[in-house]
Amino acid sequence: MIVADYSEQALQDLIAGSGLRFEVGPFTVCLQSSLDKLAADIRLMYGAYSVSTQPFADFHVRLDQPFGLRRWFRPQTNFTQDGRTPFKPLPLDQSFAMFEWGLNWCVSSQSHQYLIVHAAVVERGGLALIMPAPPGSGKSTLCAGLVARGWRLLTDELALISLELPGEVIALPRPVSLKNESIEVIRKFAPQQVMGPIAHDTAKGTVAHMAAPRESVQRGGETAASRLLIFPKYTPGSSTQITPRQKAASFMELADQSFNFNILGELGFQALRQVLDNCDCYDLSYSDLDDVIPELEQLIDKSGESAELVGALVNSTAAVDG
Amino acid sequence: MDKQALLLFSLLANPRQMVGLDLQTWDVFIRQARNADLLGRVYELVAEHQLFDDVPLPVRPHLLSARRVARRHSAMVRFELGNLLGILTKLETPIVVLKGAAYVLAGLPAAAGRVFSDIDLMVAKDRLDEAEKLLKVQAWIASANSYDDKYYRKWMHELPPLQHLKRHTLLDLHHAILPQTARLKPNSAELFTAAVPVDGYPNAFVLCPEDMVLHSATHLFQDDEFKHGARDLVDLDSLLRHFAKDEAFWPRLVQRGEVMGLSRPLYYALRFCQRLLATPVPESAMAQAARPARPLAFCMDKLFERALVADHPLCVDRFTGLAKWLLYIRSHYLRMPFHLLLPHLFHKAFISPINARREEKKAENRPTIEGLIAENKAK
Repeated sequence: MIVADYSEQALQDLIAGSGLRFEVGPFTVCLQSSLDKLAADIRLMYGAYSVSTQPFADFHVRLDQPFGLRRWFRPQTNFTQDGRTPFKPLPLDQSFAMFEWGLNWCVSSQSHQYLIVHAAVVERGGLALIMPAPPGSGKSTLCAGLVARGWRLLTDELALISLELPGEVIALPRPVSLKNESIEVIRKFAPQQVMGPIAHDTAKGTVAHMAAPRESVQRGGETAASRLLIFPKYTPGSSTQITPRQKAASFMELADQSFNFNILGELGFQALRQVLDNCDCYDLSYSDLDDVIPELEQLIDKSGESAELVGALVNSTAAVDG
Repeated sequence: MDKQALLLFSLLANPRQMVGLDLQTWDVFIRQARNADLLGRVYELVAEHQLFDDVPLPVRPHLLSARRVARRHSAMVRFELGNLLGILTKLETPIVVLKGAAYVLAGLPAAAGRVFSDIDLMVAKDRLDEAEKLLKVQAWIASANSYDDKYYRKWMHELPPLQHLKRHTLLDLHHAILPQTARLKPNSAELFTAAVPVDGYPNAFVLCPEDMVLHSATHLFQDDEFKHGARDLVDLDSLLRHFAKDEAFWPRLVQRGEVMGLSRPLYYALRFCQRLLATPVPESAMAQAARPARPLAFCMDKLFERALVADHPLCVDRFTGLAKWLLYIRSHYLRMPFHLLLPHLFHKAFISPINARREEKKAENRPTIEGLIAENKAK
């Protein structure tokens, strides 16, 4: 059963009552809320996600209006996990965005079974392209563009790097967060994609989310082998430029963008080393999605072939040794 | 209190009950343990009793994750202690490490799986200024607002919290274990005399076992917030079980409680460890501890029970708010005489919020580097 199998009314009753339990990548989330409008947004953005039947949830979260005057005067919404409030309340029309940020916080602060890096990850032909970047670099826009052209979405914000399967990234498909001009860019570039509610005047400007495609959602929790590590930079008016980058510096950058590298210690170091061993590293500057996407497709397909070549060589030498 | 509210304690007291526990109960257990900062502790208990194979698959990542955080905390505490003790060797005076950091340093089982919010050290009162100066040079800075700063220095048993500028670690530098204005006045010199040296650090000491328990008990049962109530009770349970391996410990503990004037907090510690965590406290020790008169003892049972359970919505009943409020008043009453307390509470209630708001406004209007650059360019 998936979330969209519930009618909007049924979903709202569930969220207002015992809570909606659904599978997001490897996690089970239990969402409760007394807000009226949230059920519609959840149904729109998380419609394709499986409803969970198991009685254990990884994160129990709530969105409610705070008590007091702010119920009527410039109404607000409050995110809580098990009664704890990690953030200050936000305006009511940012409720869905707050759910997204709240869930990001839950995952990044409590899931040290993975090395978690602030990066977008997409996959094509079984190979993962990792794009770490600070906000404003155009990482999410590029990620949304690639996904709209058929790449599988693993994540837009939180790359879960396996500590057990060397170099593998675990899919946590969630809505892709788009900011300011990016919203219009993606609307024009991929009008068929589902866009969520628009939140104005957030700390990050105007924010809207693009729903993860159904196929990516169904393959949530599945892994992909890291193969390309690209640091994108949106540069207005520039042509697409892909330049090789040093592995050591890329390692440091990735460690810097990690939420729990320091907590994991050597485990984290080894996991990251494995990713760097797997990956070719590049800097990318781009301004036009139509131009950059074919280039990236070519790059990852070629790197797949070279990986196969290496694999074949290893196998044949093994055969000779044998 | 209903059974669900006490689930965390009942499983901590009897880890074997985790075998065959249904997923729904695990769900409640993990959430309570997480909010009480005891998830790392749960992992260590599971490991100690070799129960990991009995933990259902979806639950395991939460325990592993908490274990990693706890190990990291433990490593950080060791690192910071090494630093701090190094900085303070110049004083050529004993430094007593208190609470969680002491459990780590002394290698006590209470340190297993524990997480830390700060480090607590104690030096003799007449060396406090020098200690603060030495620390300041190494980037440990007091950052309380001016009212709090004065309040700490004048009335409290510690400096305002010091924070390392770069690593943001918090340090409480004590000269006593209770405020100077408190009704109970344990003698700090006695604590120093009985303190035990720690191997590997020339100037480091920890409190002797009895004082360690008394300090933890005093701290918990005179607390105002009970944010770490459940965790602190688990600390006490672990200390008692460990020290009780020496049979002479119990009579020594009771006697020390009397000498230090801390028999009442000791009573509460023994009472609630026994009641909530099934700590094996001998009859004789229980009988000798200073139990309050029956009606009062009954009320305190009801109040502390509500304050000590995990800080979680599932552990709340309709009296929890009232109980915590009464204990808040009690703790302040025990800490300060009324003629000091009333102006202090007035300041906290009405003046501090205004000042905080003013500070916030100031911070908002403070020019940013980007703003200044833009302004200069415009000129």
